[in-house]
Amino acid sequence: MDTVPAEGLIAASWLLIALPLAGAAVLLLGGRRTDRWGHLLGTATVAAAFVLGLSCTLALDGRQVDVDLFTFVATGSLDVQAGLLFDPLSAVFVLLITGVGALIHVYSIGYMAHDPRRRRFFAYLNLFVAAMLLLVLGDNFVALYVGWEGVGLASYLLIAFWHERPSAATAAKKAFIMNRVGDVGLALAIFLMFAQLGTVSYEGVFGSIEAVAGGTVTAIGLLLLLGACGKSGQFPLQAWLPDAMEGPTPVSALIHAATMVTAGVYLIARSAPIYDQTPTARAVVLAVGAITLMIGAIVGCAQDDIKKVLAYSTVSQIGYMFLAVGLGPAGYVAGLAHLLTHGFFKAGLFLGAGSVMHAMNDSVDMRRFGGLASRMKTTFVTFGLGYLALIGFPFLSGFYTKDAIIEAAFDRGDGWGYVLGGLAILAAGLTAFYMTRLMLMTFFGRPRWEDGVHPHESPTVMTAPMIVLSVGSVLAGFLLVVVFPLEEWLSPVFGEPEGAEHVVAPILVSILVTLVMLLGAAAAWLVVGRREVPVVAPARVSPVVRAARRALYADTVNESLFMRPGQWLTRALVFVDNRGVDGAVNGLAATLGGSSSRLGRTQTGFVRSYALGMLGGAVIVAGALLAVTAG
Amino acid sequence: MSLTHYLVLAAILFTIGAVGVLVRRNAIVVFMCVELMLNSVNLTLVTFARANGTVDGQIMAFFVMVVAAAEVVVGLAIIMSIYRTRRSASVDDANLLKY
Repeated sequence: MDTVPAEGLIAASWLLIALPLAGAAVLLLGGRRTDRWGHLLGTATVAAAFVLGLSCTLALDGRQVDVDLFTFVATGSLDVQAGLLFDPLSAVFVLLITGVGALIHVYSIGYMAHDPRRRRFFAYLNLFVAAMLLLVLGDNFVALYVGWEGVGLASYLLIAFWHERPSAATAAKKAFIMNRVGDVGLALAIFLMFAQLGTVSYEGVFGSIEAVAGGTVTAIGLLLLLGACGKSGQFPLQAWLPDAMEGPTPVSALIHAATMVTAGVYLIARSAPIYDQTPTARAVVLAVGAITLMIGAIVGCAQDDIKKVLAYSTVSQIGYMFLAVGLGPAGYVAGLAHLLTHGFFKAGLFLGAGSVMHAMNDSVDMRRFGGLASRMKTTFVTFGLGYLALIGFPFLSGFYTKDAIIEAAFDRGDGWGYVLGGLAILAAGLTAFYMTRLMLMTFFGRPRWEDGVHPHESPTVMTAPMIVLSVGSVLAGFLLVVVFPLEEWLSPVFGEPEGAEHVVAPILVSILVTLVMLLGAAAAWLVVGRREVPVVAPARVSPVVRAARRALYADTVNESLFMRPGQWLTRALVFVDNRGVDGAVNGLAATLGGSSSRLGRTQTGFVRSYALGMLGGAVIVAGALLAVTAG
Repeated sequence: MSLTHYLVLAAILFTIGAVGVLVRRNAIVVFMCVELMLNSVNLTLVTFARANGTVDGQIMAFFVMVVAAAEVVVGLAIIMSIYRTRRSASVDDANLLKY
């Protein structure tokens, strides 16, 4: 990695982080005084960061620029320099975070208009953007970790934004705790790097990682993967992400679809030199991606909650990205391209879902939707474009980027390549199924609205970001793959693209994927569109559907493997504490107190008994003296 | 009159005093019994001083008398004050200072 020192505009790229951070500080410390204009300030800081990020990106010119800021930690042999690495990889993330972030801030102005705590919402959103930018811009693993924890905190605060709802508070705790499991992995990986290499900067670690023994590199790779799984909602830590939908919908769009949950993909892509050294860890990344993309796709087919379907879709799509980055050099660009297009269409889909919820009195039950296409034309069209992009309709975003991943999987050439490619194609069919089901249940058919619901289109401040994102959903894939190839843009980071020969012709893959996609959509029409959707979910269903409704028993497994034993352990510890430790201390105190009060009984207050005591004492002393002198 | 006679008398007086302190309830009587014990000791001291031909014991007896006089003053004052407040001079009634 050859970096050049920062100069000119890029030297000011610390402002990218400082602007939203200052916004968060002003809004949180300013209190009610900032209520009236707080949302405008919050939006402005992110928009300014986007403009600055765009300018820096245009000035980048394929370099990897190191912005040295200050000494963060200097103690003994540990020397951490706080610095930013502005290179093509972080640049695309900066644009995604600030661009989509700014749009979602604008949308939130309308979505949160009636919430009394709107200012605090924008403060947390700004805090999130700042932490996420630190995560992708840091030039060492410690800075990444600080950002990593920062986004975790912002995610927790925003999931629990309506903390008066017990389900939201629980979901936030679940997200935080499952993230911590992953964070432990990331922290251990950083410790291991420092212990083995004595440095935590990207440059230092990647420069000398080849000298480290194979087993240690594998351990680092697996620990980093654990961190990535926690943050990105990947198997086996996927259960928190669907629950995180308890947060306000803009949060789901920004944090739990477009940006934060892709941090794991960023981590693995950034750590490419580490994974290049360890095929074992890379194979585990592949397995995690493949398992997760199937879990997400299967569970998504059986959910009735519009946001949960989108959440499982996110889990599944991030599984695609993990699959891609697990394929090695061939897949990095495909995975990141899918990450970017997914950021557009999934954020757009979530904003559309938020718009639908807005119209349906915050209901999320798709069984009570239906027939909304004519009532909410803008939402329908933008959501529909996002839908087509997600299922990979030809020449929309998902078509380009998802096919690239499937091609890369086949290009492995061996049997596993065919297995992974086959799974990815199958998941593409399932994606088409659950998304078509969602579309049919929400926008088509007979209205099944609850009493008193009068759907209406959302205000312009909400529809405008949806329109922009839908345009992005349509064009992003074409732009990133054909017009401005991401592959060339990222070549300073991942090396020049090799003209790999394809095992299966790309055109064949595209046709196959499109056919499977149409098959999935047709199946959804047969199941949902052709007949009336029951308002209450049918109880007599096959075991597969029952398992999918319960998220393939992920919560059951977590509860029986970790939660119950944990509760037993705490109960045992409480018992030992109450009876053992407290018992010993209380017993000692009771013994002393009892014996002292029993001794106190001898103090009767009768002068004569004291006199008898004195006499007895005197007699004993005299007797003793006599005994001594006589003896 | 040998030394033994004096000492036996002193022992008898002391025993009477000690038993009186232990068994009597009236504070004045208890007080007088204490004086009796002190004076039996005085008798012993003077007896030994005489027998040894020194004045140490006699000086000691004077000290005891002085202390006893002072003690009588304070003690009687306390008994008076207890009697005034409680209308009783029984030592068993004044038993508030206990556990």
